[in-house]
Amino acid sequence: MIAIACMVAAFAIGVAMLLTLYRLLVGPDMATRILALDTLVINAIALVVLIGIYYGTEIYFEAALLFAMVGFLSTVAYCKYLLRGNVME
Amino acid sequence: MTGIGEIAIAALICLGAFFLLVGSLGLAKLPDLMRRLHGPTKATTLGIGSMLIASMLYFIVERGTVSIHELLITTFLFLTAPVTALMVAKAHILCNKEARKQLPPTGRQAGWAVIDGPQAEDTPRDCA
Repeated sequence: MIAIACMVAAFAIGVAMLLTLYRLLVGPDMATRILALDTLVINAIALVVLIGIYYGTEIYFEAALLFAMVGFLSTVAYCKYLLRGNVME
Repeated sequence: MTGIGEIAIAALICLGAFFLLVGSLGLAKLPDLMRRLHGPTKATTLGIGSMLIASMLYFIVERGTVSIHELLITTFLFLTAPVTALMVAKAHILCNKEARKQLPPTGRQAGWAVIDGPQAEDTPRDCA
């Protein structure tokens, strides 16, 4: 039952990632693209956690945590770059 | 044999996937950035939250071990989601002349602190 739920959820997350990718490619301005990239990272974290449940291992949590940290840092760095023209001052 | 724990885990997984899908659908469908910001925040909190609760339940029910990693991820995401939304909205307002014109009046002597205050960012540029 959990395996079936994982399959359904993986399909839903795949569709969600495609929608986000559409916004990432089409998005009219830079801020929208940054938001789409952040959402893509969120979906990727969910997918990694889902794979962890499906295979029943705990190895994937470190990957999910790393994804969360790198996604947050890259979003903030992009926004800083848009606001100030550089990242580190 | 399907126990009640297994049903709960499957339901939580489906709920999380549903909220992630709704969040991305909102990002793709809504007309402008300030409205698009609403979708992914729900995806972050509700979608990832229930997915991680399902993962914790799975390791408690199926393995009999308690894992704390999920709480770390949840805490980190819940702390960083507002910061991300704030930064994106700030970049949008400061980069976009029309968005700045649409800001409501503050009702005081001073204008909005980010734009007019002493700690205002540099002269806003029209960045793409």
